[in-house]
Amino acid sequence: MWEALQTDFIRNALAAGVLVSIVCGIIGTLVVVNRIVFLAGGIAHAAYGGIGLAFFLGWPYVAGTTAVSLLSAGIMAAVTIKAKHRADAMVGVLWAVGMALGVILLDLSPGYNADLMSYLFGSILTVPASDLWQMGLLGIAVIAVVAWYYNDFLAMSYDDEFARLRNVPVTFLYCLLLGMIALAVVMIIRVVGLILVIALLTIPPFIAEKFTGSLRGMMMLSSVLSCLFTVVGFGVSYALNLTSGATIILVAAAGFFLAVLWDRWRHRRRRKTGKTGPADPIEGAQG
Amino acid sequence: MTESIIEVRDLWFSFNGQPVLRNVNLTVPQGDFLVVIGPNGGGKTTLLKVMLGLLKPDRGTVSVFGLPPHRAAHHIGYVPQNVHVNKTFPISVLDVVLMGRLRPGRGWPRHSRQDRDAARKALEQMRVWEYRDRRIGELSGGQLQRVFIARALVGKPQVLFLDEAMASIDAQSRGEFYEILTELNRSVTIVAVSHDMMILSNHVKSVACINRELHHHNSGSITQEMLDEAYHCPVDLVAHGIPHRVLECHKDK
Repeated sequence: MWEALQTDFIRNALAAGVLVSIVCGIIGTLVVVNRIVFLAGGIAHAAYGGIGLAFFLGWPYVAGTTAVSLLSAGIMAAVTIKAKHRADAMVGVLWAVGMALGVILLDLSPGYNADLMSYLFGSILTVPASDLWQMGLLGIAVIAVVAWYYNDFLAMSYDDEFARLRNVPVTFLYCLLLGMIALAVVMIIRVVGLILVIALLTIPPFIAEKFTGSLRGMMMLSSVLSCLFTVVGFGVSYALNLTSGATIILVAAAGFFLAVLWDRWRHRRRRKTGKTGPADPIEGAQG
Repeated sequence: MTESIIEVRDLWFSFNGQPVLRNVNLTVPQGDFLVVIGPNGGGKTTLLKVMLGLLKPDRGTVSVFGLPPHRAAHHIGYVPQNVHVNKTFPISVLDVVLMGRLRPGRGWPRHSRQDRDAARKALEQMRVWEYRDRRIGELSGGQLQRVFIARALVGKPQVLFLDEAMASIDAQSRGEFYEILTELNRSVTIVAVSHDMMILSNHVKSVACINRELHHHNSGSITQEMLDEAYHCPVDLVAHGIPHRVLECHKDK
């Protein structure tokens, strides 16, 4: 394993995994607490249309995918703000249409053998150094934006009606969040695939939510867990010669079930010792 | 009485073509403790949200301190109906209350010392300062209600809107809760809506009944006609306002 770390592509892969984890930890936390996992999935899958478009027109990958991803995020923002009660159905439509367009555009692209797998599960081993720079810049931008608007994002996520009353620009922040999701998705698909985007956006924040008391803590713990899953999953993939995206997801899933079991055990024990805990709102009610 | 702070004129509101509020007129003077009662679906919460600027009326005007509601937001404290939303959210009691100090366009400089002092004062006033570091999901309904009132008070509002404030409070705590509201009412105007007439007490200064249309009685008493018009059926238990508290049984006509 140690001699493996000497090679450039392994180091690039690990660096990419860490950068993706930081971005996913922060964005994923906001996605989970705002209950827009399905919407984020829609943006990620619609981005597939952008991959097709890029190949069809001979554009660079980033240009085509960013354009389509931001466009679909914009449509979804408009739809979910205007017609909230049917938003999930509209997201489903965009999700499917984006993927179908991607497949057809790839069919029509001359002389291109579409390697679907590499975009579904990514190709972390072939990340070039130039992508690392882009990911690093995106990571810094995401951290800066979320830090600046932290209190506003917190208020919007917890109680958007009250946030509006305090004149927090809720609609602007919501569009900003969808825009950040779109950009993150473009960057991350290249490296780990769009299936892994969803996994890393949801699994670590879901675990972290149980063990932290603040949104800030949830973001940090999510990023750390995400790093852990990515690095361990990558190690397993290297040792057993398996597809890295899939092993990373299975490691994350294993972590997820362990966390759920631990959380249950923790509460059972707390109940036995007579203390009330976070998941016992009814028993905790005295007053 | 003193000058009015809320003026609702010829207000109409409909939802998906269904009229919810019809020709509502309401004036709330400074220092009032107004309770709006009415049956479920009668438009109580809608009226409150229109006065808050969260909903736009079809016709008519609302002014709060002479301003459109959304521009008067910093004078208004609001306690929503459902305090049980987002109970698994990772947020502490103190951070929920600090939300009430948010001002627009303010990024990096976090909550100032004044914000924290105000949050402490509001939590102490509502007697829940000891729970400040608890996660919000660990509190009982009554404690949550106090935290949400603290959040409404921390911005030093001149008027406080309460939506079904009694819903989460058990019968034993109601007396104490009324003491708190009465004390607040010395400096803050209170507008509370409820479907539960138990909210009426001798601390309430005026009563309005709403069922699409509004019947306002600014003497704090409630008449049989108001109830009949609001509920379209005879209702027992009529509470009378200041200075007496009278409960009498009204028989079917």
